[in-house]
Amino acid sequence: MADVVVEQGQAVRAARARKPASLRNVLGRKSTVAFFLTLPLILLIALLVLYPAVYSVHLATLNKSMQKFVGFGNFLFLFKRDTFWMVVKQSCIFAVTAVFFKALIGFIVAHFVHNIPAKGQRKWRGMLLVPWVIPPAMSTLAWLWLFDPSYSAFNYTLSFFGIGPINWLGDNVWARFSVILVNVWYGAPFFMIMYLAALKSVPDQLYEAAAIDGANWWQKIWYVTLPMMRNIIAITALFSLIVTFANFDIVRILTSGGPLDQTHIFATWAFKVGIEGSDIPLGASVSLFMVPILAIAAIFILRDVSKRGNEA
Amino acid sequence: MAEVALRKVVKRYDDVEAVRGIDLDIADHEFIVLVGPSGCGKSTTLRMIAGLEDISDGDIMIGGDVVNDVPPKDRDIAMVFQNYALYPHMTVAENMSFGLRLKHYPKAEIKARVTEAARLLDITDLIDRKPKQLSGGQRQRVAMGRAIVRNPKVFLFDEPLSNLDAKLRVQMRIEIKKVHQKVRTTTVYVTHDQVEAMTLADRVVVMNKGRIEQIGTPNELYHKPATRFVAGFIGSPAMNFIPCRLEDVGGRLQIRLTDRIAFPLPPARAARYNALPRTDKLLLGLRPEHLTESHAHLEPGVETFDTVLDVTEPMGMETLVYFGLEGTPICGRVNPNAGAKDGAPMRLAMDLNNMHLLNEATGVVL
Repeated sequence: MADVVVEQGQAVRAARARKPASLRNVLGRKSTVAFFLTLPLILLIALLVLYPAVYSVHLATLNKSMQKFVGFGNFLFLFKRDTFWMVVKQSCIFAVTAVFFKALIGFIVAHFVHNIPAKGQRKWRGMLLVPWVIPPAMSTLAWLWLFDPSYSAFNYTLSFFGIGPINWLGDNVWARFSVILVNVWYGAPFFMIMYLAALKSVPDQLYEAAAIDGANWWQKIWYVTLPMMRNIIAITALFSLIVTFANFDIVRILTSGGPLDQTHIFATWAFKVGIEGSDIPLGASVSLFMVPILAIAAIFILRDVSKRGNEA
Repeated sequence: MAEVALRKVVKRYDDVEAVRGIDLDIADHEFIVLVGPSGCGKSTTLRMIAGLEDISDGDIMIGGDVVNDVPPKDRDIAMVFQNYALYPHMTVAENMSFGLRLKHYPKAEIKARVTEAARLLDITDLIDRKPKQLSGGQRQRVAMGRAIVRNPKVFLFDEPLSNLDAKLRVQMRIEIKKVHQKVRTTTVYVTHDQVEAMTLADRVVVMNKGRIEQIGTPNELYHKPATRFVAGFIGSPAMNFIPCRLEDVGGRLQIRLTDRIAFPLPPARAARYNALPRTDKLLLGLRPEHLTESHAHLEPGVETFDTVLDVTEPMGMETLVYFGLEGTPICGRVNPNAGAKDGAPMRLAMDLNNMHLLNEATGVVL
């Protein structure tokens, strides 16, 4: 439709003598029409993404009472604090470990589901997606009860084997394990469904050709499945890395960053210093720290994807 | 290299029998083509030889060994797929050497074999490209190269030319024949295209509804079909089948096609068909090239009749003429200068020396 309007506009323009660019001409241009058509979305993004982003940069340059401009003062202050470096370390451990296991479990489960006959497959796909569909704030509460040191199902079960009780959320190693476990439980179905779609797009004949070429099941995965899925794996991992890095609810509900701030990640610590500690500029500075880390990861992974993009 | 044998091979999918007990002996160095309409079980048979499908019953032997339970990778076969099935992330050289690399061949030997196969197939310049950068015909060559470098006991081709355009198909057909002449590996080739089957095969296996209809050289199948199916499937345009019956007139055997048209049979044919009951419903099988324009001087056994043409198709070197005989559509091949015109009357000649007589009920060629 828009094209037709533009074509007519051009015809009209061509019929007239060449004049300097009038308002009518500018409005008739294809790029102008395109701009106006996308304007609502641009405005929406500006309002919901750009404004908060710019505002948080602005906030990060103010002092605690938000009265005075301090430049990089907040960042310099953060660099000197051990807790900050611990949060950086914990965020990286949390995100990388969680994404790795989500990808691994997702990959394995996707293979199992892929090999279920088509009849029963829908049922299994649906059931396996449940953790990802439940709002994490709710499901994490259930995990909180499961992890309870005194009366929880976990410790009760382990007691039969003479193990425990384990202080799941009170001991710093177990607490880190627990938040990662819940994050993996919540996020693995997403990987599963993405990998399942990727698996389905690998032509069967490639496996048959590999079988005839002499590949065993492991070689089929290594030489056929993984290379065919490389782009999906990279994009899913990047996406999940970003989301996991910025995770808030699971850590907040399970441990609130404890014990002794050992399980804090960027978002929860930013919340703690910014909202609970009433130092919003410092909280903004903490959360801004995710940007460069994620940007670097994104550049590396996406560069690899575009390099290989036109292979298949 | 090796011979391949199938003994009463059956493939069942739940209740459906896709392949119903096939016996086939393929000699060493032989080029066998399995041909038939879609759903006749030819691809399933090939996939069973490859080991990609389990067999429900019977035995498959490669080089004398029963391979029923041997996985594809241990059967020492190579297969070329319809859609090439090249690994998109590997270069041409990597695609071709994949099987050898998995078997840990020495690097020098892999390189030598790939170079040799690439030279044979004329793809030396493409060796570092990815499949996506190749045309359909080039991909097909690479797929064949991947099979050749393995130097397997048996080559299996699963409709390898179906994805190519008509011109390229003819070209690749010749390539495949040339390659087979050079490497002489036992080959099983599946196609639904009877022209491919006729041109490539040492022997053709015509399959229908999960059974073998006839096995023979291309010429045998063309000139001595065993059943109505084979007679109709091999040859283009297809053989005409005209309802008829035999009758005795004045001590001579003659064949009656319609109330008006009846011809005496040539002596050799008359002797052959004399024992048949005169009441049987029969079909006269006659290829279009044995139904031509009439000449002043006719050979013995060639009979003429007048008809009105429905449609003519000038093909250049010949003109196909279509007409009806009591509702049976019939096709003939006449000289382009014979003056055949749509809707025009024409005198045609029927060469009964090359006729076939079929039992209408059983479809058997008598």
